[in-house]
Amino acid sequence: MSNIPAELRYSSSHEWVRPEGDGTFTVGISEHAQELLGDMVFVELPDVGDNVSAGDDVAVAESVKAASDVYAPIGGEVVAVNEDLEDSPELVNSDPYGDGWLFRIKAEDASEVDNLLDAEGYEQSIDEE
Amino acid sequence: MQFVELVSDNYNFALFKNTSRKCRMLNKTPLHAKHHESNAKMVDFFGWDMPLNYGSQIEEHHAVRQDAGMFDVSHMTIVDVKGAQAHDYLRYLLTHDVAKLKVEGKALYSGMLNEDAGVVDDLIVYFFSPEDYRVVVNSATKEKDLNHLNKHAEGFDVTITERPELAMVAVQGPNAKAKVAEILTDAQKAAVEGMKMFFGRQADDLFIATTGYTGEAGYEIIVHEDGAAALWDKLLATGVKPCGLGARDTLRLEAGMNLYGQDMDETISPLAANMGWTITWEPAERDFVGRAALTAQKEQGTEKLVGLVMTEKGVLRAGQKVKVEGGEGIITSGTFSPTLGHSIAMARVPKPVGETAEVEMRKKWVSVTVVKPSFVRNGKSVL
Repeated sequence: MSNIPAELRYSSSHEWVRPEGDGTFTVGISEHAQELLGDMVFVELPDVGDNVSAGDDVAVAESVKAASDVYAPIGGEVVAVNEDLEDSPELVNSDPYGDGWLFRIKAEDASEVDNLLDAEGYEQSIDEE
Repeated sequence: MQFVELVSDNYNFALFKNTSRKCRMLNKTPLHAKHHESNAKMVDFFGWDMPLNYGSQIEEHHAVRQDAGMFDVSHMTIVDVKGAQAHDYLRYLLTHDVAKLKVEGKALYSGMLNEDAGVVDDLIVYFFSPEDYRVVVNSATKEKDLNHLNKHAEGFDVTITERPELAMVAVQGPNAKAKVAEILTDAQKAAVEGMKMFFGRQADDLFIATTGYTGEAGYEIIVHEDGAAALWDKLLATGVKPCGLGARDTLRLEAGMNLYGQDMDETISPLAANMGWTITWEPAERDFVGRAALTAQKEQGTEKLVGLVMTEKGVLRAGQKVKVEGGEGIITSGTFSPTLGHSIAMARVPKPVGETAEVEMRKKWVSVTVVKPSFVRNGKSVL
């Protein structure tokens, strides 16, 4: 079973969200998702300053097997993107919850995070796939 | 996230879709337990439970290009063709004329066609004597191939014997031959000494062939199933890295080698699949299955299999539409090339074909370069 850290929130479309405590939220894709995709070869990220709504496709994770849209789990302004992924997309495989993060959003409405799944809920949603 | 560009072809779809499925009974090779020992991620490959990768298919790919890797290809179908008319039978069955084979052990790559000149399968045939050959065909097409072989054997004095008790391991890479040499008996070393490309010889318990599907030097080794695990362990001990179907696909595509079911099938002419070189037209008196239809296709002209190169971000995928001067075609195989660091593909397109093509990717048309369908050989770019 893949690793699903309890301190993160998840979308059923396999993004994870980590509150940074300053109104910003870091977003990545789950270990389960990177396992399904296999070796990552390109990651296309949004631009810093982009305004996004929950559910927008804002990034593309492209692996040897498939190209996948990544959705914004919450709305707000993109305040940072992980530039290391330009040269090292494999960080998404090796450290999906750490160095393989994708982007950071300053939430417009932080309560949107409450709509996301907790670790247990996400695990159930994977099992049902 | 959503897997938006799942390709429609069976092969890649199978790779992705069945990864976590455990429902139907799958065939297992004699090396199945060995794959689990090496922490393989397994996948349903046309009814066989096979290793997709052992962690990272890109690392496995590099191991083959730079050192030595091994693949369990025991799922492939080995068939021995023997009898007084084995030679005549294979001259009738195959597009490539086995009369070219004069030295014991010499092998030939060929297609076999149906009456409409569609490709039933591609294969390698090894020659031992005019009454004794070995043919290796694909696994996904096994039933169909055996039916085809038997159907056309009618009237020929031949016996066709499948050898399911034989396992096969491909050891490939610049250091593959040296590493294999460490585990061979003296008789086996003598058998492979100076062996040229595309030869196969039985020595003691191993049939050792200088064939492969990666564009690197190396061997394909056939061994009885009872000896397969021991062979695998010995190779592991010499530092040969286990490699899965994921790396096998990127390696063969870089080498410009076709994958049956993807780059050609029963509806595709070998002339439209870069297999023209495997058709022996002379002597004209030699009839072979599909010859009449193939001759008509040659006169009319067919589509053509070309290589595509895209150096921008993104990955060309099977099923994407391609526009060239002659009209619209389709990508038959596409991938990220780990050796080159960008995407490559094979596409079947109508002639004429210019120096560039347009590919529809994620609803945008992107310009790519057209090349011969061969990208990497012996570790180096041939672009």
